[in-house]
Amino acid sequence: MNSRLRWRKFVSGFMLTMTGVCALVSVSVLFFILGHLVYHGGTSISWAFFTKLPAPVGETGGGMANAILGSAKMLLLASLIGVPIGFFGAIYLAEFSGGTTAFVVRYAADLLNGVPSIVIGIFAYSIVVLPFKHFSTLAGGFALGLMMIPITLRSTEEFLRAVPGALREAAMALGASKWKTIVTVIVPAAYRGILTAVLLAFARVAGETAPLLFTALGNRFWSPGWNQPTDSLPVAIYRYAISPFEDWHRQAWAAGLVLLALILVINIVARAILSRGIAVPRS
Amino acid sequence: MATTTTTVPSAGPVVGSRSFLSRLREGDEIARIITFLFAASVVLITLLLVFELWQGSVLPRHKFGFNFFRTSVWDPIFDQFGALPFIYGTLVTASVSLLIAVPLGIGAAIFLAELAPARISDTLEFFIDLLAAVPSVIYGLLGVFVVIPLMRDYIQPALKNTLGFLPFFQGPMYGMGFLTAGIVLAIMVIPYIISVSREVLLSVPRDQREAALSLGSTHWESTWKVVVPFARAGIMGSIFLALARALGETMAVTMVIGNAPVISASLFSPGYSIAAIIANELTEATSDLHYQSLIELGLVLFLLTFILNGLARLLIVAASQRGRGMGNA
Amino acid sequence: MKRIAVLLLVVLALAGVVWADSALLINGAGATFPYPIYSKWFDEYHKTNGAAEINYQSVGSGAGIKQVTEGTVDFGATDGPMNDDQLKAYKDKHGSAILHFPTVLGAVVPTYNIPGVTTSLNFTPDALVGIFLGRISKWNDPVIANANKGVNLPANDIVVIHRSDGSGTTYIWTDYFSKVSADWKDKVGKGTSVNWPVGLGGKGNENVTGLVKQTPNSVGYVELIYAVQNKIPYGAVKNAMGEFVMADLASVSAAAAAASTTMPDDFRVSITNAKGKGVYPISSFTWLLIPQKFTDASKRDAIKGFVTWMLADGQNYAENLSYAKLPKEVVAKELTALNKIQ
Repeated sequence: MNSRLRWRKFVSGFMLTMTGVCALVSVSVLFFILGHLVYHGGTSISWAFFTKLPAPVGETGGGMANAILGSAKMLLLASLIGVPIGFFGAIYLAEFSGGTTAFVVRYAADLLNGVPSIVIGIFAYSIVVLPFKHFSTLAGGFALGLMMIPITLRSTEEFLRAVPGALREAAMALGASKWKTIVTVIVPAAYRGILTAVLLAFARVAGETAPLLFTALGNRFWSPGWNQPTDSLPVAIYRYAISPFEDWHRQAWAAGLVLLALILVINIVARAILSRGIAVPRS
Repeated sequence: MATTTTTVPSAGPVVGSRSFLSRLREGDEIARIITFLFAASVVLITLLLVFELWQGSVLPRHKFGFNFFRTSVWDPIFDQFGALPFIYGTLVTASVSLLIAVPLGIGAAIFLAELAPARISDTLEFFIDLLAAVPSVIYGLLGVFVVIPLMRDYIQPALKNTLGFLPFFQGPMYGMGFLTAGIVLAIMVIPYIISVSREVLLSVPRDQREAALSLGSTHWESTWKVVVPFARAGIMGSIFLALARALGETMAVTMVIGNAPVISASLFSPGYSIAAIIANELTEATSDLHYQSLIELGLVLFLLTFILNGLARLLIVAASQRGRGMGNA
Repeated sequence: MKRIAVLLLVVLALAGVVWADSALLINGAGATFPYPIYSKWFDEYHKTNGAAEINYQSVGSGAGIKQVTEGTVDFGATDGPMNDDQLKAYKDKHGSAILHFPTVLGAVVPTYNIPGVTTSLNFTPDALVGIFLGRISKWNDPVIANANKGVNLPANDIVVIHRSDGSGTTYIWTDYFSKVSADWKDKVGKGTSVNWPVGLGGKGNENVTGLVKQTPNSVGYVELIYAVQNKIPYGAVKNAMGEFVMADLASVSAAAAAASTTMPDDFRVSITNAKGKGVYPISSFTWLLIPQKFTDASKRDAIKGFVTWMLADGQNYAENLSYAKLPKEVVAKELTALNKIQ
């Protein structure tokens, strides 16, 4: 009896330690990735990287200025598409809709969310690139925007719903119409959560590569306007990583560091906004 | 938490719900219509996407029918297209990734939910969430420059020496291939398993644990034999979520899998996945049949992830309901 | 805070719109085979003739042909000339023809990474076909060893690396294989994308080079400059006269010598396995695919201007990057053909 108990206790201690090891291993991967990027990429980040255009193949000394700008333009466009649709759609779901419509819209959003990014790329290729006969920033931004929609929609809806009914009723008791309540009471109350949702959606699509392969294509120069192909950080990383040139490899690391730093900073900021905000009571 | 629908008496003597005109005047109807249009656009976009996938794959569906899923020849010259190698590759890499990620992920989730004090648990969860935010191409970058050499020079030879009698670990070692892709995918999906499992485990009512402990079980026994089974549905859900993510991954896979449409028992062999071949060949498929076969592959991927995500959601909701329903004593 | 954000958005949006017409941007896509020389050309041309920016994306000949047919790029580039079906498809879609314009001559070389082997190996056609068919699986196989007496070839498994994307380089390679092996012609055939019996796939000449460089015991096929720039060894190939020839300017030019006087009007010609002394058997022209009819006059003029520059000054950059210049007769013929573009 005693030895059996000792065995069970040993197993217990051992397995629980193993779970700790699992957790440690999982978390340390993040630091491993960061460490590698900082080590390899940190030495290659220079002023030239941020300001110069790519050099001809095989020559050193180019930069990724056009890729950085291209990413920025497409992300801007993606936000212009993804945020309004997500935001106003969520308002509809939380404030106006009946049960069936809400179900259908949520279902569609979840469906869209689960679509692999390469399939979104196919979609954007067939309805933007082919008819317009152009690879373009527009097509790339459209694909990324599509991916932002479900994230903003569902999260915003959650935060809107979490606003206490008492606030709504109070506003209505004071004679405010529904839309006025939404604008002046509900949205401001859910403001932090909505901002977090937008930032997280933004960070999510900032790193997407696959949909851009068939939409924005790539561009060694500055991409003027919105209807021309453009380079972007993730696609540049891909192209440079699979090449044989050492100089391009170094630039890929640097770009990876910049991209990851951007995404992590946005994530951390978003969570900070949320946690420091007024605690919204959960249903 | 449903919004309460109260009736607000308008300026006139009418009691009860307001007339359409009064709602219109006060802007509510317009607001409703505008927001409805935005919400409807989501549905329309999704429908359009499914339609495009279906319409865009009509040629191979008619020509090959179900044989598309049974033939393994992908030959653009002779216009023969079979999806088997890509489905095989997608499933194998996903399976390998789950074999690695599930034990690690559940173990970590157990630690975070059961053992770690709240602050440490939250801090570690924070880092895990950051890991989930790392984009695919960065994993690909690390895959090419770190994982492949590691596999080729150390891990694959070690596996071959110790487990080489198994068909999985035979054949030439390139560094790239099913195993490498599986390992990279495992790292990518662990955060999903951890965060969802942790939530589900946390929502298991305390009295379950306490009952087990009071009957004399050790901490581990109460966790493994009572708490985890209670949260089983939710954990399964997290695994389905992870699987759905692994199936759809493109960049990290195409950079390390070797891009060869091969069906082989050996995990050292190069292979191909659905997402990878679409990424490589879509913009250059010259014949219509070739192009539409790729679209059909996209449709297959879409359906797979759709089903998995749906199941996942059902399971996770069911699990949290169960926990909540029994009360959090 | 909100107001600043809105203002920023508006400013950026306007900037994007205003920026729209700053330079004439022409988009082309296609072969990775000539990418080093094309990227140099478009860069130099932009420096001397700042009006037009020519953005060339090296995505493979297959994608070049497809995208120029779809009309999503202004011109394409390929090392595997379009076949009659593809030409017809273009004509059906656009109502006018697409023209081939040779730009340089290049060579596809077998490049390898064998531990301990730093010299150039000699490859017979049988050896190459055997390796890529999967029949020859070890480096010390007699078929390879017999042509390389004195070289210490290890008994390691050969890792074959080919292209995963639609490639003109593949077209040239498989075109050569189809000429020297009836077996290959039957089983695999020639094209920009084939059903490879063995091997790993890399995307573009760039990736294949990268893979060969990083993978021990590997063999791949790449355009000469990629092997040279990356300092990886490449082998000599036995030509139709039985000589083992290394790819270089002289041997590639020799391959084109016969073809230059008998060049067809549409410039589509294969010079693999050409007869003659000192010929490198896996040589090829590479072509720009330019539509015969342009709706945009400024684009048409810019492209015609570039081609004229390319046939004169541009040719001087070729040899530095190990591409051979076009024969004089071909240049003259192209200048006449340029007039066809409206």
